[in-house]
Amino acid sequence: MSQQEDKKLVLEVKNVSAGYRDGGFAGHGGTYHEVLHDVSFNVRHGEILGLVGESGTGKSTLARVILGLLKPEQGEVIHYTPRPQIIFQDPYSSLNPTYSAWWSVEEPLRIFGKYDEKERKRRVGDMLRKVELPEECYEAKPEELSGGQRQRVSIAAALIRRPRFIIADEPVSALDVTIQAQILKLLRSLRDELDLSYLFISHDLNVVYQLCDRVLVMKAGRIVEQGTIEEVYNHPKEDYTKRLLEASK
Amino acid sequence: MKKKMNRYLVVGLIITGIILAITLIGVFWTPYSPTAMKYGRFQPPSPSHIFGTDNFGRDIFSRVLKGTGTTLSIALATVAIGAVAGTTIGAVTGYFGGVIDELLMRLNDVLTAFPSILLALLIISLVGPGKKYNVVLALGLIFIPSFARVTRTAFASLRDMNYITSARLMGAGSGRILFVHMLPNVLRILLPAITIGFNNAVLAEASMSFLGIGVTPPDASLGYMLSEAQGMLKAGPWYAIFTGLSIILLVFGVGLIGEGLQAENREVV
Repeated sequence: MSQQEDKKLVLEVKNVSAGYRDGGFAGHGGTYHEVLHDVSFNVRHGEILGLVGESGTGKSTLARVILGLLKPEQGEVIHYTPRPQIIFQDPYSSLNPTYSAWWSVEEPLRIFGKYDEKERKRRVGDMLRKVELPEECYEAKPEELSGGQRQRVSIAAALIRRPRFIIADEPVSALDVTIQAQILKLLRSLRDELDLSYLFISHDLNVVYQLCDRVLVMKAGRIVEQGTIEEVYNHPKEDYTKRLLEASK
Repeated sequence: MKKKMNRYLVVGLIITGIILAITLIGVFWTPYSPTAMKYGRFQPPSPSHIFGTDNFGRDIFSRVLKGTGTTLSIALATVAIGAVAGTTIGAVTGYFGGVIDELLMRLNDVLTAFPSILLALLIISLVGPGKKYNVVLALGLIFIPSFARVTRTAFASLRDMNYITSARLMGAGSGRILFVHMLPNVLRILLPAITIGFNNAVLAEASMSFLGIGVTPPDASLGYMLSEAQGMLKAGPWYAIFTGLSIILLVFGVGLIGEGLQAENREVV
């Protein structure tokens, strides 16, 4: 254990509480609904950290806080890598319907603005091969792609700027089982090849078991249990975890 | 990869295309001078004057050609002002939200609360009646709120799409997100709204001219001519009939295009 503790961190979340306001005028005032209560954990270099819990427990809110899309009311989020990226669940709304697969993957490089067209072309081609998107799909619009292909494009777009830390928010939940297995395999091989760390959010404990090294269990905005996959799955301490495991059998 | 266009769109484009072509010819050439009063009063339609002549002995077909041109240009300019200004306001309010959103949208509510023809009267009386540009200005201002409302909803719904979140995370600026990432997707909603707005502009201009606050002679729009024709329904019904039919055909053609575009969108969604 102590050996793992020594490993470099990519993310530290310290005592974060966060939530949403409704009502009020132009986003000020109104009632505050706290979603996350005093959440703390680390993501270590090279690991795939699972985050499980029923829907509505605040998993996606936590992702938003980590990405800086939602300011925490209390606590802090410390990044040790530049610009984390996210892969979303819904492969339908994660790609711009106006543009081709190639365009969507190239766009982050255009925004970055440091590479000329030739270099961009090389990098996009490389990345699309890495995610194993068939070449005839390069110029296709999202509506012409299958769910699995869209997710490959989303992954390529998230990885094109070579981030070191990726949040995957239910990335395979909208896909059928065979495609799920392919995408999980792809995520694992990309982790090894590109030296990535993931926070892998899922309500599906079987998927987390297949992919993750460590797991956080979240209940009603709190982390109730964490540990290695073997510890948590074989010797759950919390009743909530036991119930989740029971339900997934 | 292109799907077959639907029938509404095809028929609408054909009708509008023919009207546009004829009007364009009318700008440079009309069979007779539209203002010359020498062809005999109240001649019924005949091979030499296919739409007949009016009380001053003017050739109605030539006048309809010119009038359609005037109506079209006023309607186009009106919609252009409304769509550009409205979309800009809609983009800013829908995307940024916050205080600007609240302020502009309440202002919008105030403007929409007035009957639009009254508002047009008010603006015309402020800027002075009788000029084509003032009609365009008045109508254009009136058309801004509806475009702002439609596009605001579209921009606001796109704001929370995952691909917009991704673009923001990649560091795209607001301008790039609004114009490159959002606008093309808003066009699907904007284009049908433009065709509806165009038709409303044609009809609004017609009612304004009909009420005498629109264009004034020697300019003649279809609406102005219709109000002229009203006085001679008995002596020369063909004047009202052909002018009215021209308005109907114009609105019908563009309306079909709008209907067709909306049908295309439904297929996509």
